[in-house]
Parts: sequence; structure tokens; C-alpha cells
Amino acid sequence: MAKTLAEKVWDAHVVRRAEGEPDLLYIDLHLLHEVTCPQAFDGLRKAGRRVRRTDLTIATEDHNTPTIDIDKPIADPVSRLQLETLRKNCAEFGVRLHPLGDVEQGVVHVVGPQLGLTQPGMTVVCGDSHTSTHGAFGALAFGIGTSQVEHVLATQTLPMSPFRTMAVTVQGALPPGVTAKDLILAVIARIGTGGGQGHVIEYRGPAIEKLSMEARMTVCNMSIEAGARAGMIAPDETTFAYLEGRPHAPRGDDWDAAVADWRALRTDDEATFDREVVIDASTLSPFVTWGTNPGQGAPLSGSVPDPASFADPSERMAAEKALEYMGLRAGQPLREIAVDTVFLGSCTNGRIEDLRAAAAVLRGRSVADGVRMLVVPGSVRVALQAVEEGLDRVFTAAGAEWRHAGCSMCLGMNPDQLSPGERCASTSNRNFEGRQGKGGRTHLVSPQVAAATAILGHLASPADLSALPMTAGA
Amino acid sequence: MEAFTTHTGRIVPLRRSNVDTDQIIPAHWLKKVTRDGFEDGLFDAWRKDPRFVLNDPARQGATVLVAGPDFGTGSSREHAVWALQNYGFKAVISSRFADIFRGNSLKNGLLTVTLPQEVVERLWELTEADPAAEVTVDLVDRQVRAEGITADFDLDDNARWRLLEGLDDISLTLEHESSIAEYEARRPRYKPRTLRL
Repeated sequence: MAKTLAEKVWDAHVVRRAEGEPDLLYIDLHLLHEVTCPQAFDGLRKAGRRVRRTDLTIATEDHNTPTIDIDKPIADPVSRLQLETLRKNCAEFGVRLHPLGDVEQGVVHVVGPQLGLTQPGMTVVCGDSHTSTHGAFGALAFGIGTSQVEHVLATQTLPMSPFRTMAVTVQGALPPGVTAKDLILAVIARIGTGGGQGHVIEYRGPAIEKLSMEARMTVCNMSIEAGARAGMIAPDETTFAYLEGRPHAPRGDDWDAAVADWRALRTDDEATFDREVVIDASTLSPFVTWGTNPGQGAPLSGSVPDPASFADPSERMAAEKALEYMGLRAGQPLREIAVDTVFLGSCTNGRIEDLRAAAAVLRGRSVADGVRMLVVPGSVRVALQAVEEGLDRVFTAAGAEWRHAGCSMCLGMNPDQLSPGERCASTSNRNFEGRQGKGGRTHLVSPQVAAATAILGHLASPADLSALPMTAGA
Repeated sequence: MEAFTTHTGRIVPLRRSNVDTDQIIPAHWLKKVTRDGFEDGLFDAWRKDPRFVLNDPARQGATVLVAGPDFGTGSSREHAVWALQNYGFKAVISSRFADIFRGNSLKNGLLTVTLPQEVVERLWELTEADPAAEVTVDLVDRQVRAEGITADFDLDDNARWRLLEGLDDISLTLEHESSIAEYEARRPRYKPRTLRL
């Protein structure tokens, strides 16, 4: 029977199938971070259980870690206790941990791929909704709650009811200056925050095939923002080239055997999806959000919509509440929205290509007066690479702050937060009320738009900079 | 997990769509390492507003939350479920739930009931007219009942059985330990391991 990519990966992981029960799926890789696992380890301890496969489990510290003064004790005792709890649990149960200060530390979804642990055809889980990132490799990767974290630790499996399948086919080519972030924001605006509910999305078509691995990760990362359980892209030569030679990638005969298997990981021609959406990439332009959920977005060239223009009453009410929270008025051109903060980083856009793209815009220019720009690399490895390329000096010369790796202002769990009323152009994934700090206002943007916005002090794309003279020494 | 059979209680109407888990429990609360003590963090930002429905004295002690579509979107934090339960909620009714939130709630015995938006509207109208009105969420018959309202809801047999019995998923899975071991024996050898190189 013809199968989709998602169905192939699912079927290859069924440990047990019985009528009227969820499938029991085997999990190839379990990623842990400090926030969503302490209660799971407690559960193991109380039941006298061990971690079944420490060799398929890896932990890092990211959500709660500071991005400055990392050599000093963490000031907040509650934050400190949570990190200490992870360290204690990993030591007690024998789980590999990359703590703050380690060269492999970073945002969990940046760390897995860069180590080569994320590979095509795998099942990957983590107590974090952005686990969908790993689907960029053709893995079935999804976020889970703490009870499921405990279940995977104890059994290396999860009982799961099958997902439905959805194809997002992106025809044509992205115009110059339009990025993977603009594409996924446009997809979410099109299908809505509940549009992918119960589905695994497979992104396909010529525009997707042309994307780099890091751009594919940006796309798959935000699948959850469309309500989907996971996002996937079929592995191809781009995937294999990214993986080959990474620390945990197969070698020698194993590599050949793996690639032979991976080449079969594509949706069969005759396979059907439960739902299909087609997008023409050539119609896209830089995209930003104006509201308080990731589906409330529009092209940067547009304006804040009038809530009255929404036919659906709950969407209309949501738009009214969003405009009130965001301090915006209907009809206001998006380019006129002034910001005081710019955040470059996160599991969505904190990888080296993102930093390069933003640095290319900022090189020889300055962050506008009154604007604070934070650059937070996704991992220590990304930071080291950026330093080697001199990107850190581009950011600091422009007046941005160069920080240590972590989740940082994406969710404002550490001290990197917005103050009430502050407005941020952010390369992260969620513009929820208060996400980046109580009362803070978030506009989701690409790294290129973030950089141009930092320079001009209002939402802008690099194309808006052409009239601006470069500063001396550029 | 606590078993759920049937529950009768008063309603809190939450007339909002896209109630994300950052609203249910903000990130700064997630530093705690326990499953309890989250009740004061529930809807932390909105509760600062005295007009917020949870601050209405008539809603004190209500145990069934009735919310707009796309409830529980965003972060996978199970703390959102714990916060609702710690506060005293036994069930949440919405026309659409985010998948991870729904999975988390059912694993903790917080019953999430999906009903058409039209029924949600009628429940809102009922409770806004009379805050003392009660609703019954009956898992045995998979039915929601209130004055003038009878609505059946779907929940698959397996999930229902686990809830009715209050079963521990891990114990159930470990009954099939031999199947797991058999699967492990046939995994391709090129699959990565996390052991330090």
C-alpha cells in the first residue's frame, strides 16, 4: 500500500499493535532539558524504576540559564535549584548531560542536530513543543508532556494514536530576500493556529527542496504554531551532506547502509494525504505578526487589519483583544510600528545561518538610538563558529549585545525579559501575551527583518535600508 | 492517576479563543520541580484584572472551565494541566483543544471534553444567566448535561477506560516488556547512541 513519509516512519517504529488500543511506538532519541523532567525523574524514583535506555537519552540546560555572567552562581534560587535538580537526576540515573559552561550546551533543538544525533527516519521526542524542529531531517519528532517524558524514560516507548497527514506543497521559488521564516509565518496565517490540529505536516515541493537544512529546521520548528503535532521534510542530498561527518552520524559501512535506507524515506507517488494545502512561494514577501498568536500575521508591506473584517466571531474577538494588548490600531501600516527591543536567537532562528544573515544586514551599520538588540546564539558551538567568522564583532560594533547560548528572551524564563509595554521584534516562535515578559509585546520576524528593524527602529526589511548611508569604516 | 467517572459542578465561562499555555501558567512558574503549588499561577496575568472571570465571587468553587476554541495551544508544559487541577478544575470544555495539552490532561485525570462551539455558547449563556447553574460531565455515558442542554461527546474507548480506571500507563506498557526487547533486537545498527564518543 502506498504510504506517506510520516506513515513509513510510524510503521517502522510500531512495537505492538492491538485492536482498540493505541500503537506502542519505539522512541529512537529522547532529549531532556531542565524544565519538563524533574517531576518525571521523581516518578521513576517513587516507583523504583530506572532509565531503560540511557544510551538513547541526552540532556542539556537551556530554558532557565542566564546569558551573561555564566561563570557566577545563578542569582535566582528557584532557577538554580531546577538546574541542580537536573544535574543530580542525570548523575543518579546515568544520563549524559551538557550543562551550562560545557562546549556542547545550547538550545536542545540546536544541540541534537549539530551533534548528528537527529537522523532521517527516527522517532525523536522531548518535553518541548518545538521538538518538531527535528522533522527537517525526515524524522518523526514531536513534543510531549512530563507524564510522557517519564513513560519514555521508563520504557523507551509511547502509546500513541495515529496522526492524520497533511501536505503543505510550496510551489515556485522564494523571491530574493524572502526566508524560511517568512514562508512558515505565511503558512500559519493561511491555515490558522488550529489548522494542523491532529496532523503531521509534510512540507514538500520545489521551494522546500531548495532550502538549506537550517532553513528546513526553521520551517518544521513552527509546525506546532499551526497546531500540528509534527512537521517533516523528506531527506535528500542536502540532508545527507549536512549529516556526513558529524560526531554521531554513522560511519563507513554503517553510513552506506543508513543512506540506502534513508533514500526510501519519501511519500509514495500514489499515497494520499488527509489534507493538502498549496502555496505559491513566488507570491511571498517578508512577513511579520501584528497580534498575540502566530496566526495573526501579514506581509510587512501591509497594515494592521480591522477586526471587523474577520467573518468568524471568535477570530474577530481575538483580533480585538490582540489590538488592545498590542497597543495598535486598525489600518496602521506595519512599517510604522516602532520597537525598543530586538531579539535574535531561539530554536527557530538561532543557528549560524541566521546569525550570518542578520550580520550581513548590520555590518557597517548601527542599531538605532533607544533600541536594545540581544543576540543569543542557539548553542555554544554556534557561538564559537560566529566568533571564528567575526560575526560577534559585527554585532557588538553595531551596538547589539552578544550573549551566551540559551532560550533567553524567547520565553523570558531567565532574566532576559521585556518590561511591561516594551515592544520587541523577535526571531522566536511565539507572540503570546506576556511570553517575553509580563506586559511585553512581540512581533515575530525573520533574522533579516530583525536586523533591519534594529537599524531603523521600526519594523523594516533590508530593502528599506538602501537609502540609508553606511556609517564610517564600513 | 486519579480516576474520573462523572462530575457535577458550577461553570467558569472563559470567552476567549487561543488560550495558550503561557496564559494558563506563565514561564516563570515553571521553575518549580513539583507537580503541586501551581494554583496561584493559573491565568496569572489575567487575574491581575479584577474584572477577570476567575475573580468573580460568584465563580468561587466552580470546577468546570468552558472556553473558546483552540484551548491549550503552544508550549507542551504539563504544568498547565497541574495548575488547572491544583486550582480545583475537574474538567475543561472547548470546541477544539491543542493536541499536546489534551494528551497531558487525559494522562492526569483532567477531563477535556470537545463539544461544538454552538453548545459551548449555550453553556456560556446558561452560566452567565445563573452562575449557580450546574453542569454534569459524565464519562460513563460520554455526555454533558445541564439545564436544557444534553450533548454527547466523543472519547475513544481506550482513553475512556484508562480514565475510568485511573490506570498508570507505564505499568500497562511494562506488561509488554518482551515486545519492547524484541523490537530493540531488530533495530538497525546504524541508529545513533548518545554515549560520549
